[in-house]
Amino acid sequence: MNVLTDNFAAFRDGFLKTVELTALSTLLALVLGILIAAFRVSPVPALRVFGTVWVTLLRNTPLVLLFLIVTLGLPALGLKGWDSFWLAVMALGCYTSAFICEAVRSGINTVSVGQAEAARSIGMTFSQTLGHIVLPQAARTAIPPVGSLIIALTKNSAIASGFDVMELGALQKELNADAGYNILVIFLWIAICYLIITLTLSGLFRLLENRMAVAR
Amino acid sequence: MSASVLYDVPGPKARRRNRVYGVISIAAVLGLIAFIIYRLDHTGQFQAGLWDDYQYANTQDRIIEGLLTTLKTFALAAVFSLALGAALAAGRLSDHRWVRWSTTVVVEFFRAMPLLIMIFLLYYAYFETQPMWALVIGLTLYNGSVQSEIFRAGINAVPRGQSEAAYAIGLRKTQVMTNVLVPQAVRSMLPSIISQLVVTLKDTSLGFIILYEELLYVGKAFAERTPPENGVYAFIPMVIVFGSIYILLCLALSSLATWIERSTQRSRKGAPAALAAGSATVMVNPSQSAKARPDDDGGPQKGPKTD
Repeated sequence: MNVLTDNFAAFRDGFLKTVELTALSTLLALVLGILIAAFRVSPVPALRVFGTVWVTLLRNTPLVLLFLIVTLGLPALGLKGWDSFWLAVMALGCYTSAFICEAVRSGINTVSVGQAEAARSIGMTFSQTLGHIVLPQAARTAIPPVGSLIIALTKNSAIASGFDVMELGALQKELNADAGYNILVIFLWIAICYLIITLTLSGLFRLLENRMAVAR
Repeated sequence: MSASVLYDVPGPKARRRNRVYGVISIAAVLGLIAFIIYRLDHTGQFQAGLWDDYQYANTQDRIIEGLLTTLKTFALAAVFSLALGAALAAGRLSDHRWVRWSTTVVVEFFRAMPLLIMIFLLYYAYFETQPMWALVIGLTLYNGSVQSEIFRAGINAVPRGQSEAAYAIGLRKTQVMTNVLVPQAVRSMLPSIISQLVVTLKDTSLGFIILYEELLYVGKAFAERTPPENGVYAFIPMVIVFGSIYILLCLALSSLATWIERSTQRSRKGAPAALAAGSATVMVNPSQSAKARPDDDGGPQKGPKTD
């Protein structure tokens, strides 16, 4: 118990940093993922190729390597002065965007062609078909996998501790180095912090799923 | 391309418009690539001198050594996690409630924990001198739990009539499992098992953070060996060499998964359609049909469990 009460401020900061990191990377991953998914289903071959290359490369690269590429590569592109937090957001966001893209794309692919054909035959425009017919049905299939991807992102955010971001994983390292505390107790409290975040997320997504569910 | 859900087969006007979009997007992608190449060249990332290191035999030996370390860690973690996954799946499919509950708690806990946090714990608490075992055990616990969920889902997905028929001809639970359910389930599970193995392979790079000398650690050491020129490390050779090794390894594994998926689909064509659950239960004696439900989320009629 002492571990938590002695270091409450550090725990609070680490917890908030992890939440912030997760939230911002999720935002980036969703924006990029949906954009790349749009590329991959578009009628323009060049964009489709770009999307496929993006997904194949990022899905098969270890996240740690991606962190390295971002930390070493951005300065090489002449873009210096990003702090480690934003670099972590970029690495996590780009990595997860590849998976989100695939979830969104397979969501769109599960909508049967007849749905869109019916919509077009009653005279709906492209944006009406997309907004009223295809996307609502695609979202229903895509939301559960996107939820588990965001939970995975939360867990992956611990890797940022290896790259100078002071979040929960870094806190564990720091307290371990302090000694004097039981390592297992530190682990337990860190574990509880992560469980709070992941359980909240899965609760939120279950709520969303229930709200979007319709009897078919 | 034929009609998709999003758009019709393009007519002459749409084809012209798509060509315009195509030209614009090719220009944009080329522009992006050109910008990246220009900036990298500007900061001196393409100098031939940066590759000198990679020509020495001992550099190449170290890369091979790092690769072998990564592969060894992966092999150990893969074997152990498959074994642990099988054991945990057996626990979750058990007839005894306390076994089911305790394995469920274990599986859910390890699935919810960030892998790195677990590896840190193992490293600092038990394996400070042997980071490999911290990595292998961490990977085993996490991936074993995920694999057990894959196994369980696969076995539950075998049509219920299969196990009912097996119980009806008098096989014991173990026999039903090993002779009837597992052989059928393995086929449908293999692609998911292999894609989880790809995750395991990628996660061996977490060893980098506990300073375990695997492939990525060697890579970073190389990148930082040449002194940085105004704050920029020589990272292009590192990314090309080490990134492509990882990507090729992962692609090889995942193409194995797609190949297996395709070849099992082909051999499935003779399989009869699954019987509806209602008509299947008519044929067997009701007490036996209740006994033949090993899973806990079973149907409405739950009979007494005899074993």
